Amino acid sequence: MPPPGSALTWELIDGIALVTLDLKGEPVNKISRAVKDEFLVTFAGLERDAAVQAVALFSGKPENFIAGADIEEFVKLTTAAEAERLSADGQELLERVARLPKPIAVGIHGACLGGGLEFALACHYRVASDHPKTQLGLPEVQLGLLPGAGGCQRLPRLIGARAALDIILAGKTEPAQKAFRLGIVDELVHPATLRDVTIAAAKRMATGWRPRRRRRGGFVGWLLDANPLGRSLVFRTARKQVLNQTKGNYPAPLAALEAVQYGLRRGMAAGLKREAQLFGQLAVTDVSRKLVQIFFATTQLKKDFGVANAPAPVEVRRLGVVGAGFMGSGIAGTAVSQAGVDARLKDADLPRVHKGLVAAREIPDERLKRRRITKYEHARLVALLSGGDSYAGFGRADLVIEAVFEDLAVKQQVLREVEAATHDRVVFASNTSTIPIAQIAAAGRRPQQVIGMHFFSPVARMPLVEVIPSEHTAPWVTSTAVAFGRRMGKTAVVVKDSPGFWINRILTPYMNEAGHLLQEGVAIEEMDHLMVQFGFPVGPITLLDEVGLDVGEKVVGVMHGAFGERFAPPPGFAGMVKAGRFGRKAGKGFYTYSGGKKGDVDPTVYQLIGTQPNGGPRAAEIIQRLVLVMLNEAARAVGEGIVRSPRDGDVAAIFGFGFPPFRGGPLRHADDLGAARLVGELERLAERLGSRFAPSETLLEQARQGGKFYP
Amino acid sequence: MPVGNGRRVAVVAGCRTPFCKSGTALKDARAVDLARYVTRELLERTSLDGADVDEVVFGQVVPSALVPNVAREVSLLPQFPKEIPAYSLNRACASAGQAVSSAHDQIALGNADVVIAGGVESLSDIPILASRRLADTLVEASKAKSLGARLRTFSRLRIRDLMPVSPAIAEPSTGETMGQSAEKMAKENHIPREAQDRWALRSHQLAAQGTADGRLTQEIVPWFPAKLNAPVVTQDNGIRTDTSLEQMSKLKPVFDRKYGTVTAASSSPLTDGASAVLLMSDDAARAHGYPPLAYIRAYAVAAVDPGWQLLQAPIFAVPKVLERAGVQWKDLGLIEIHEAFAAQVLSNLKGFAEKGWEINEDIINVMGGSIAIGHPFGATGGRIVTTLANEMSRRDVQFGLLSICAQGGMGFAMVLERR
Repeated sequence: MPPPGSALTWELIDGIALVTLDLKGEPVNKISRAVKDEFLVTFAGLERDAAVQAVALFSGKPENFIAGADIEEFVKLTTAAEAERLSADGQELLERVARLPKPIAVGIHGACLGGGLEFALACHYRVASDHPKTQLGLPEVQLGLLPGAGGCQRLPRLIGARAALDIILAGKTEPAQKAFRLGIVDELVHPATLRDVTIAAAKRMATGWRPRRRRRGGFVGWLLDANPLGRSLVFRTARKQVLNQTKGNYPAPLAALEAVQYGLRRGMAAGLKREAQLFGQLAVTDVSRKLVQIFFATTQLKKDFGVANAPAPVEVRRLGVVGAGFMGSGIAGTAVSQAGVDARLKDADLPRVHKGLVAAREIPDERLKRRRITKYEHARLVALLSGGDSYAGFGRADLVIEAVFEDLAVKQQVLREVEAATHDRVVFASNTSTIPIAQIAAAGRRPQQVIGMHFFSPVARMPLVEVIPSEHTAPWVTSTAVAFGRRMGKTAVVVKDSPGFWINRILTPYMNEAGHLLQEGVAIEEMDHLMVQFGFPVGPITLLDEVGLDVGEKVVGVMHGAFGERFAPPPGFAGMVKAGRFGRKAGKGFYTYSGGKKGDVDPTVYQLIGTQPNGGPRAAEIIQRLVLVMLNEAARAVGEGIVRSPRDGDVAAIFGFGFPPFRGGPLRHADDLGAARLVGELERLAERLGSRFAPSETLLEQARQGGKFYP
Repeated sequence: MPVGNGRRVAVVAGCRTPFCKSGTALKDARAVDLARYVTRELLERTSLDGADVDEVVFGQVVPSALVPNVAREVSLLPQFPKEIPAYSLNRACASAGQAVSSAHDQIALGNADVVIAGGVESLSDIPILASRRLADTLVEASKAKSLGARLRTFSRLRIRDLMPVSPAIAEPSTGETMGQSAEKMAKENHIPREAQDRWALRSHQLAAQGTADGRLTQEIVPWFPAKLNAPVVTQDNGIRTDTSLEQMSKLKPVFDRKYGTVTAASSSPLTDGASAVLLMSDDAARAHGYPPLAYIRAYAVAAVDPGWQLLQAPIFAVPKVLERAGVQWKDLGLIEIHEAFAAQVLSNLKGFAEKGWEINEDIINVMGGSIAIGHPFGATGGRIVTTLANEMSRRDVQFGLLSICAQGGMGFAMVLERR
């Protein structure tokens, strides 16, 4: 019997060892050095014990199986050789599990991720509960790593190369149902029968029975997975896809691809060896380090309410949304779909409400289409969504979010109307992108209950919300807004009440600089291409089309008014707005759009902005100017305390507009470049191009003191 | 003052979907969707917390085979806790009226404080039945042991057996359709064609007026179609503002083409719609801070031989309810009579007049009736209770009467009071 207090315990019933993994003092099971040692000891004991005929293993945690490897251990690795050894150790343990003369069945309920799934794959029979919490996946690639405990070998052998690559290369997590369809688990059962079914499988295996697994995917599956020719096609296609998506900025998917391919060509042992080598190389890459840092930062943020001694948030049971436009309907639809909250959409007239309701409903519709929810769940979510042209029903709202026209007087009017229609504990959140919250709150009777919740467009897909308390906002109001933003599936970052807050503050100079570069003759496609290569999901001009040029013009106007000359809009954009070329929503911006799809650049726009593409500055300068102008403003904003920490600023920039995650965020990137170098480059640019490049006090100070944003 | 036993029951609020001719604006909604929608909007309008509701009762005349207890699907709306019991009932065209009175009983008895009673009908969503032979064959085939046996059962089918059967609005006991009954009543009670047309015209004109001045639309919750290309429905779509006596007189009788007088214009149309009424004990209404629109003073149901005059039972139900209420006909300040057919309304009125009651048309169906507004069987009672209670409140009328004729030779009547 194992010593008390250890993570692994077991008891013998009818010749079956029932093993329970329950990491003491931790909310989730994860695989660490210590757990691995325990596994070795326990399995050796099980092997020796003649009374044990088979093993059935479960998690002692109510809601997770094994959430993965202990990432803290990765951070301590300093050399590739060390990391390779860590991987090889894990592989060896799982090889022992796989070769144990006594068969092992696992009952999986809750998250079974990374090293947890690799462990399950090494066992001989897998039963999963059909509970929504039961999710299986290999997310290592998202941390710049690869599944290094045999996952790159066992998964393709179990379900075929195509399906395995699909999961490994994207770092995907699949619900139990999908995992069963793919053949990752052998049985899918009701949670209440998980234990019995798993034990029964162990008993069957004890008598010599072995599961017969047929290859899935039918004829196509055979064509692509079961012969070398088909497989090489699969790998070629996958490689092309990866390169297309990563622009070569992320080494992990390619390494994972190689580990899988190598193993399938040269056999399990060689595959494992290569897998460990590649894991070792990846673990010490800068990219992986950055991704792990972001992972830790977001994990911390999930527990951070953004105020000192955060009071308990008020539970929002009912949401009112004023303004049924693109943002309002997106907020209502996402709130219904993610937070399961009762949402009432209000606008001035019924046709607008209708349009908003139809748009909001598309969000749960989309989840149904992707089979994320059942049609019954969908019916429930849809019934949570309603609307009207009056404030009827707002009497029961705990939170009201306004998403009306970006105009101070209009927002103040809405605040007064909402205060008249709601109870006196309601939280009023403004989805303004630029207007200071204190100014809006000034019109109301309860400024302590007014806050900003700045969502990004399209709300359903953009993972960030900026939460902006004014100086009058009560702490419980901030924690309520943060908690609700999280329930909507967003990462919530609390930022200071200042024009443009954080995201628009640092994005505006970047967009403006894109305008200046256009004036100087840079071609639209070239600029977008360069920034995508740099690592942004889309280039600045495409982003402007997505945001909407009318919205952009308004934002720049407010920022220019608040901060003066360095935010002056470049000439040219105004001509686009005047011509009604608002971007995607208008069907035409810099690019053409038809049927919801982006087309090519419309060459006539150059006339509208009064220029012709002539090459302009060279590529390196384009990137330098766009990036530096943003880093400089970000540094200045940090100096003003717009974000509470560099961590918040970096996470927000990554989730808000897709600052390249592998660069760790604008502040981390600034640290990497170094303040002295930044100041030097900015001064040279300022001399040549104007004061908008003048280095910020924050950077100057850092350059003088040798300071950094991160310790 | 309450009469009879038990606690006093308040009509707090009511609302309904637009009533739309079947196959038009609401045709894509199932009955259950309409019922859920109208209930949810009732909660919105009253800012009532779903957890305060004790029971949900809904009337429906032609239930869907897939949702036989529509009331339970209503009480499973996410705005309610899942623990609210619910049942559906059928008293033909008086179903929602019956739902209101059943809710009344539970509140009066002290079994409930807050009940939502409503009704729904979608004649765009009626069950289409298989022929008896096809149904028998399918059942037999499903029990067949072998493929051969299965094929043999199918071989007995004839082409005509494959024709679907849609439920008709005919009396099961006599085979007489509603229209035929109305036609018979017109003849036996000597209701001339012109009088029927005049009543129908009046119904349309008053309903149009009620729509224009907002009294009728006030009780309607807008319906948002699932698709954007259809406009938001805010009004009943059967009300004709452009019709005239002359136009109506040109229509051919439908049910007796040779000597008949009942036309499409003087009949209520097949209609989709739902209604919901919020009822509370007087104490609960006070405690929640809702000023009641009216109180239920009494109700009564009567029935006659369906082979006699199918829609004439109100002349028995109304004296019964007045007696229970302790109210005289002359005390009534507003009267709502369900209009299945103009011939039926005029027959009912004739029956009342024969009791020596003076008929004052100025207080009857002051915003028109089912001929113009439409008649979703299960929902009409909820509309009439709401319309009457609202108008009593507007005019501050002390006593109001509603009367509904129903299939099976039944009549339903209720007296509301203001104070």
